[in-house]
Amino acid sequence: MTINGLAQIGLFFLVLVALVKPLGWYMARVYTGQACGMDRVMGPLERLIYRVCGVRATEDMNWKTYAVAMLLFNVAGLVALYALQRLQGFLPLNPSAFGAVAPDLAFNTAASFITNTNWQAYAGESALSYLTQMLGLTVQNFVSAATGMAMLVALIRGLTARTAPTIGNFWVDLTRSTLYILLPLAAVLALLLVSQGTVQTFGSYHQTALLQPVTYDKPVVDAAGQPVVDEKGVAKTESTTGTEQVLAVGPAASQVAIKHLGTNGGGFFNANAAHPYESPTPLTDFVLILAETLIAASLTYTFGMMVGDTRQGWAILAAMLSVLAFFVLGAYWAESAGNPRLAALGVDQTAGIAQSGGNMEGKEIRFGVARSALFATATTATSTGAVNSMHDSFTPLGGLIPLFMMQFGEVILGGVGSGLYGMLVFAIIAVFIAGLMVGRTPEYLGKKIETYEMKMAALLILIMPIIVLGFTAVAVVTESGTSSILNPGAHGFSEILYAYTSQGNNNGSAFGGLNANTPFFNLTGGLAMLVSRFWLAIPTLALAGSLAHKKMVPPGLGTLPTHTPLFVGLLVGVVIMVGALTFVPALALGPVVEHLLMVAR
Amino acid sequence: MAAQLRSALMVFLILTILTGVAYPLVVTGIAQLLFPHQANGSLIYKDGKPIGSTLIGQPFDEPKYFWGRPSATAPFPYNAAASSGSNLGPTNPALTEAVKTRVAALRASDPGNDTPVPVDLVTASGSGLDPHISPASAEYQVRRVARARGREEAFVRTLVSQHTEGRQLGMLGERRVNVLALNLALDASVGPR
Repeated sequence: MTINGLAQIGLFFLVLVALVKPLGWYMARVYTGQACGMDRVMGPLERLIYRVCGVRATEDMNWKTYAVAMLLFNVAGLVALYALQRLQGFLPLNPSAFGAVAPDLAFNTAASFITNTNWQAYAGESALSYLTQMLGLTVQNFVSAATGMAMLVALIRGLTARTAPTIGNFWVDLTRSTLYILLPLAAVLALLLVSQGTVQTFGSYHQTALLQPVTYDKPVVDAAGQPVVDEKGVAKTESTTGTEQVLAVGPAASQVAIKHLGTNGGGFFNANAAHPYESPTPLTDFVLILAETLIAASLTYTFGMMVGDTRQGWAILAAMLSVLAFFVLGAYWAESAGNPRLAALGVDQTAGIAQSGGNMEGKEIRFGVARSALFATATTATSTGAVNSMHDSFTPLGGLIPLFMMQFGEVILGGVGSGLYGMLVFAIIAVFIAGLMVGRTPEYLGKKIETYEMKMAALLILIMPIIVLGFTAVAVVTESGTSSILNPGAHGFSEILYAYTSQGNNNGSAFGGLNANTPFFNLTGGLAMLVSRFWLAIPTLALAGSLAHKKMVPPGLGTLPTHTPLFVGLLVGVVIMVGALTFVPALALGPVVEHLLMVAR
Repeated sequence: MAAQLRSALMVFLILTILTGVAYPLVVTGIAQLLFPHQANGSLIYKDGKPIGSTLIGQPFDEPKYFWGRPSATAPFPYNAAASSGSNLGPTNPALTEAVKTRVAALRASDPGNDTPVPVDLVTASGSGLDPHISPASAEYQVRRVARARGREEAFVRTLVSQHTEGRQLGMLGERRVNVLALNLALDASVGPR
C-alpha cells in the first residue's frame, strides 16, 4: 500500500460526498414535481409522452396497480430484448454479420438486462450487432435503472404519506427518472469519455498491420467451421503467422456512460472497463467509479429531503460509506500483498515509484493495484458489476471482498434505487431489533412497524440467500455445474458461488473463468436474476402500500432516534450480521480455504 | 389492465426510441464532430495507412523490441477483436507454470541479467490488450534491446523516459510506458551508434 494509492481512494470518497447534496437536492425536486431547470428542456417532451401513451400523470396508484404497471413494462422489455437477439441476423446495423444468439443465452441476457444485473454470458464484440447493443442493451441500461429509482420513490412516499391509499404514478416516476436524471448525466459523461479515448462510431472494425508479425498455433477448422480433433480427441492446430490486428470498435461511450450511472455494468466489450477502448485513462476510471456510486449515494439526500429531515439521509449514507471504506482498504491490502507463489519464482511484486507491484494478474498497468481494488469493491458494493480487472485472478482475500459486498444484499449503495430501498428495509429491521430489546413497538420515521411490515422485511432478507445458496448447492454436485469450472480446488467452488451470488443480487460481475454460457448456467442464472429482482420488488411495494395507510405517530420519549451515530452503528451491525450469518460458512469453503493453502509453506 | 398494457407498450416504445436511437446518435454526432481522432479509436497512421492504436497493445517477442504484458486473448495474443484476461486463480498451478515459462524466456533473451523480474512483465493483463508496461519493466529490458540493436543503453533509456507517462493530473493511476509507441520510435531512430 502506498501513500499515492491511499490518496486516490481518499479523493474518490471526497468527491463523491461533495456531489451528494447538489444531485440529491435536484432529484428530490424532480420527484416532487418542482421546477428543477431541466423541466424547461424536457417538460414539453414529457407531457407529449404522457399524451401519446394515455398516461394520466396526476392520477396516483395504489401499490398493486403500481406493481402491475412495473411488471407489464418489464415483461415488454424482456420479450423485446429476446426477440432482438434472435433476429439480429436479419436486422440492420450489423457490420460484422453476427447471426442469431442461441435461445438459452438470449433468455439469460434478456433477463440479465431487464433486472439491472447485466451478467454477461456472451462476449460483446464477437456476438452482438450494434443494433442489439443500442436498441436492446442501452435501452435496458436506462429503463431498468429508472425502474429501480421509481420503486424507491414509491417506498419513500409510503413512509411520508399520512393515511393515504396511493404511492405515486409508476409511469411518471419512470419517465422523469429517465428524462430528467439519467439521460442528461449520461450524455455529459459519454462525451467526457470520448474526449479521453473511448470509442464512439458506427464504422466497422479496423484492420491494422502489426509492427512485428506474430506466430501462433491456430485451431484447424473443417469446411463447416467446426474444430478438427485428432485421434486422441485433442484439437488440431497449425502454426500460422499473423500480420494483422483487427481492432473492434463501435458506439461504446454512450453505452459505457449509462452502464455505470445506472449501476448496470454490462460491458460493450468482453473485457469491460479493463478494455482500453472502454476506459482508456486513469481519469476515465475515476469518473466511472464516481458515476456508479453517484446516483445511489445522492438518493440518500433525496430521501432525507422527501421525509423532511436530511439527517435521516446522511445517517444512511454514513452507514453505507463506512462499510465501503473499510472493505476498499481490505481489498487494497490483499492485492498489494501479491501472490507468494510468484515471489518464489524471482518475480518482483514490491510497490515503488517504477511499478505498482502487488498481484498484477488480470490487472491493467494504467490502473494498478489501488484503482483495481477500489473499482472491484465499488462495483460490487453498488450493483454495477462492471470490472476494470479480472476478479477471478484476485488473491483469495481480495476476491472474498467483492463476494461479501454482494452478499450484504446490494445495500452498501447498491443499485440505483434498489440499494436504498434494500437499506431502508434493513433500517426497519434495525429499529425492530432495538424495539425488541426495550420491549416497545418499533417505529421508523413516525410509522409504527408491525407484523405485516416485519413479514415483508423478513421475506426480503430471506429470498436472496435461498436462491444463491440453493443454486450453488445444485451446481457443485452436478456434472453440468462442475464441468464449467476453470480453476481447480477451492477456487472452483468460489467461481460457482460467485456466479449465483452475482446473479442472485443483480450485480453482474463474475469470476470470469467459469464457462457460464451453457444451458444449465444460462437457465438457472436467468431464473435467479428474475426472482431476486421481482420477487423482492413486490414485497417492497407492498411495504410501501402498507406504510402509506398508517398515520404518523409523533416521536415520544421512548422513540429511537434514527439519525444518530448510535443508529448508524446499529444499522451497520445488522447488515453485517445478517450477511455474515448467512454466508460465512460458504465463504470459508471457498476463499478462506484457498487463502490458507496459498500462504501455507 | 388493458389501459395499463397500452401504456406499458407505448412508454416502452418511446423510451426505446429516445434512449436507444436518439441518445447514441446524438452522442456519436457530437463525438465525431469534437473528438474524431478519439471516437474512431486513436489510430496511428504511417504513409496514410493505419498501423495500430495508441490505446491497444501489440504482441512482441523479438529481442530488438520492448515486450508488452503477456496477453491471454485467443487464438493469438493481443487479438483486439476478442478481449480477455486469463482468469487464472492465484493458486492455479497453470498460473505458476505460465509465469515460470515467461521468466525463463526473459532470462534466456538477456543472459546475465539476474535482477528480479517486475511482476507486470510476467502476468497477463485484464483486457489482454494493455498497451503499457511499468517503467520498471521497461528498465528491465533496456540492456537487451540496446544490445540487439547495437545501440548505447543510455540512448535507449532516453527514449524510454521520453515515452513514460506520469500519473494523470499528477495523482491518478500509475506511471507507465506505451510499448508500441516506444518500439515505433526505436525503429524510426537514426543517429550515432
